[in-house]
Amino acid sequence: MNTLIEIYQSMSIFERMLAYVILAPFIGGLLAGIDRKLTARLQGRVGPPIRQSFFDVLKLFQKESVVVNKFQNFPIILFFIFTVLAGALFFGGANFLLTVFSLTLSGVFFVLSGFSVSSPYSHVGAEREIIQTASYEPMIILLAAGFYLATGTFNVGEIALYKKPLILALPGIFAGYLFILTIKFRKSPFDLSMSHEAHQELVRGLTTEFSGPALALIEITHWYENVLLLGIIYLFFAFNPWLALAVTFGSYLFEIFIDNNYARFKWQLTFMSSWVFTAAVAVSNVIVFGLIR
Amino acid sequence: MGWFKRSPWVIHCNATSCNGCDIEFLASLSPMYDVGRFGVINVGSPKHADILVVTGSVNAKSTQVLKTIYAQMPNPKVIMAVGLCAVSGCVFQDCYNVHGGVDKVLPVDVYVPGCAARPESIIDGLFKACDKLEEKYMQHKENKRKAG
Repeated sequence: MNTLIEIYQSMSIFERMLAYVILAPFIGGLLAGIDRKLTARLQGRVGPPIRQSFFDVLKLFQKESVVVNKFQNFPIILFFIFTVLAGALFFGGANFLLTVFSLTLSGVFFVLSGFSVSSPYSHVGAEREIIQTASYEPMIILLAAGFYLATGTFNVGEIALYKKPLILALPGIFAGYLFILTIKFRKSPFDLSMSHEAHQELVRGLTTEFSGPALALIEITHWYENVLLLGIIYLFFAFNPWLALAVTFGSYLFEIFIDNNYARFKWQLTFMSSWVFTAAVAVSNVIVFGLIR
Repeated sequence: MGWFKRSPWVIHCNATSCNGCDIEFLASLSPMYDVGRFGVINVGSPKHADILVVTGSVNAKSTQVLKTIYAQMPNPKVIMAVGLCAVSGCVFQDCYNVHGGVDKVLPVDVYVPGCAARPESIIDGLFKACDKLEEKYMQHKENKRKAG
């Protein structure tokens, strides 16, 4: 593990970004496959093989692309580009705020793609996606603020090398982040817009009118995003790399477990519970920091 | 390359079925028969689907619905008629409202007989539908190569 960290530190920022762009889809696809396998086993089924997500994407690339208007696939490409940019900036060790902004912008493009088609299911899915974004945005901003208060910098490279355990300084922010991670992974109880597991919720929610290569690109973009989101968990435990990897993988399994145990919340409850929990744990964490200083 | 065999996404439409074959189709997705281990997903949107599974015979209204769903599916696509009513209309073929089986209105590729069709037959039919999908994809590629 230490050799990996040394290799990582010796790479330039562009080499690190390139490593992320090439490796993240493979890791993300395997994570998606593990998710489906574990969910199936928890439900008493056998489940598809772990590589199933790759088979799905490769099949989708072979399908015909049926579009309603010429604009609808363009926001998906922008969604893909800005998500990859957000992840590449994060794993390259750049400014964390840039990562947050790029990720938010990619979410806006995803919503725009949902509104660019005329299906009412797609519109309701896009509206729910906006509500989801509004639910988790305060927590993401408090995450950036928390990192700055604890380490004195927004730079991911420096936060990752911080000697003291960030989890002890920011327990509330970690709890809040785990809460909204369920929203970002599109898992129950917060899978309102295009549910990962409920394949017929709102016909298919936001992605109803997308087919073939565009759908494959949406799936790949979610893989990139998932790797980025798990990377943020690593930062909390960066003082001990093996522990950090274990906790990162453990939180992914935790999210799958939560997914299988909860039914979907209504949008009002999603919004309220996210903001109340954020206020309760994350804001109090930040306030305590201010008082200690 | 065989990706359609590994990941066949199915959309299920009930034409005028008594729901017996629908229940058996959904049972094949349940833990007892688990067709999901072959990568099958029961999708909601026709634009995501490869295989259209139809149960029940067709009348005038369900003809409209079936043709709309079939038109929205991107190529390559196959139709699977599940149950005797979808295959030929069964005991209802002489009724005044029933046109007959699904092949009276749409080109059916796989027929799964039975009343109700057993999940084992449905799974076997899905495998044959996957082979048909691969054939259609190869045909499509061949046509594109000859045209382009």
